[in-house]
Amino acid sequence: MENSTKTNASITMPEKQPKKKEKPVKAPREKLGKSDKMSLKTKKAIYGYIFISPMIIGFLLFFVRPLIESVSMSFSNVVLQTGKGGFILEPIGLQNYKTALQIDPEFFRFFTEEITQMLIDIPAVMIFSFFVALLLNQKFIGRGIARTIFFLPIILSAGVFLEMDVSNTLLQEISTSLEEMETGGSSVTKTLENLFLTGGPADQYVQIVFDMLNRIYDIAITSGIQIVIFLVGLQSISESLHEAAKIEGCSSWEAFWKITLPMVSPMILVNAIYTIVAFFIRSDNAVMTKITDTMMGELNYGLSSAMAWIYFGAVALILAIVAGVIGKWVYNND
Amino acid sequence: MIKKKHKAVDHRGNPIKDIQKDTLGQTITKFFQRNEASGGYLLKKRMGSWIYSILRIVLVIGLAFLILQPLLNKISLSFMAEKDLYDITVITVPRNFSVENYKIASTILNLDVTMWNTIWVSFLISVAQLLSCTLVAYGFARFKFPFQKFWFFCVIIVIVVPPQIFVSSLYLQFRFFDIFGIFSAIFGSPLNLNNSMIPYIMLCLGGMGLKQGLYIFILRQIFKGLPKELEEAAYIDGCGTFKTFARIMLPNATNALILCFLLAFVFTWTDGFYARIFLGSVDILPKYMNSITDYLTEYVSMGQAFKTKASPALNEAISATSMLIGIAPVAIVYFVLQRGFVKSMSQSGIKM
Repeated sequence: MENSTKTNASITMPEKQPKKKEKPVKAPREKLGKSDKMSLKTKKAIYGYIFISPMIIGFLLFFVRPLIESVSMSFSNVVLQTGKGGFILEPIGLQNYKTALQIDPEFFRFFTEEITQMLIDIPAVMIFSFFVALLLNQKFIGRGIARTIFFLPIILSAGVFLEMDVSNTLLQEISTSLEEMETGGSSVTKTLENLFLTGGPADQYVQIVFDMLNRIYDIAITSGIQIVIFLVGLQSISESLHEAAKIEGCSSWEAFWKITLPMVSPMILVNAIYTIVAFFIRSDNAVMTKITDTMMGELNYGLSSAMAWIYFGAVALILAIVAGVIGKWVYNND
Repeated sequence: MIKKKHKAVDHRGNPIKDIQKDTLGQTITKFFQRNEASGGYLLKKRMGSWIYSILRIVLVIGLAFLILQPLLNKISLSFMAEKDLYDITVITVPRNFSVENYKIASTILNLDVTMWNTIWVSFLISVAQLLSCTLVAYGFARFKFPFQKFWFFCVIIVIVVPPQIFVSSLYLQFRFFDIFGIFSAIFGSPLNLNNSMIPYIMLCLGGMGLKQGLYIFILRQIFKGLPKELEEAAYIDGCGTFKTFARIMLPNATNALILCFLLAFVFTWTDGFYARIFLGSVDILPKYMNSITDYLTEYVSMGQAFKTKASPALNEAISATSMLIGIAPVAIVYFVLQRGFVKSMSQSGIKM
């Protein structure tokens, strides 16, 4: 049946066409040609905007608007009107910033502590994750299990669980101090620390290294995603580069510095930025807790936004410096 | 007959016995002969690689232990009876094995309610997140439109700028929710949405939820990697844009979608920040986890005239147990799917 109708149609079509050959064929062709060229582009553009519209709406409503509002809040006193609803902003200039930096007993201390901690942690996390990625990129028995274990912190270090660990630090401190009393502080790191810390001028730098060592667990648990990113980078290096270098008589030490490191350097930039941002927003951050407490507990919205902007300003500065310095050094493949 | 042959032959098809004869004495002597011929280089090289692999194994095991140790510690702690917690001689293996901690923790956490709540809340939110992210990612990957670079730059800004800095005004925005004064005209005052899940769902649908920029980034990369010919063929065959998207592109990106869904589910499950601000009214695990000590105090002083605090050891055991309970579902999912997880993580090629 279908076949017969199709043939019928194909037969009838040419019969009809010659009749209206002269007039209408030209006009639609012109129309089609013009509008098609235009419309496919504009059509695609319109569809593109339709597809990304959720993000645009969300971005404007839930990102730009509160962002602008929080800037204006930080310069004013927020008064909630319980009766009518809504809130009023009383502009008070830089008062909130002054309060945060000079009057508030906790904020400035937390702020400086967190920033120095961040500056110590970033290189530590980078070195650790790069080292582990190098290890996990090699072939050995049980690599699959090792990878599973090293990626576990991606889940474990997220959110609440980290917070729970922190809330128990008081107990941990008590127990560690008890242990130290019992053992007389004769752990390996303690002894080494006593050996190296001789009271000379280099002491503070040695102290930083020991702080890093003592925080190795924290560093290991925050570097899950970074390891993945470095692994992706390492695996994207083509094998032939290493082969060629080996044939030319390059030792693996040289190959590391001349091939692996430059090829992974874009990932170092990505990771540095990721680490800073992750450190900034992690939930056991003392400054962040202080900000949330000021907001939810004391209902002082103006002060909390001022604090947040001070902290973000500092972090953005660090981000810009890091991106600038590493970005210059990054080897660009293109 | 055939079985015997199978046993005697190795995978290369050589009889095994002959090879064994070779390995026993001759290979060693052969090795040393070759070693002498190379002037001691072979032995050095072989020893070097052996030492290296041993060192590597030691290092990997050590680092893996570093990560697992707190977890193992918590597991052993959770099975201890209260007696063992004070016993100095009990360090890792509990002497009086008990599941009492689990019973207490599950009553404190109100587990039969919270577990289901957490599951469906996480599910709902990750579906909402994924819905908007796939649409947006597809839009960025396949269409050319004016200001495309600008909007994508906005996505990157969303990734980098943490929500903490404007969360206070966002909170207030939902506290007094209003669109052009419509709601105040109808209800007389702006709506207070903060006691429901609506604000969070709206955030997720708008692509501004927890780590949604990251999912947009990953999915865009995946959609870009799919062959364009598929779409063109569908288009020529008379498939509309949305139909192409739903019928052709989505089934092809299933793996990445599953990866993103898992990430979203896990991050929502463990997230305390958004939960504290937007999900205060729903009984979910993070809420209880945040203040487990208070709930324990309540539990211990239940049925007593005055408040008594739980002992520090019990406190620690209970919080360890409840943490294990909280992690368990996510960890199971992770261990079951880790192969695909790791693989598609690297396939997505998280690149800037």
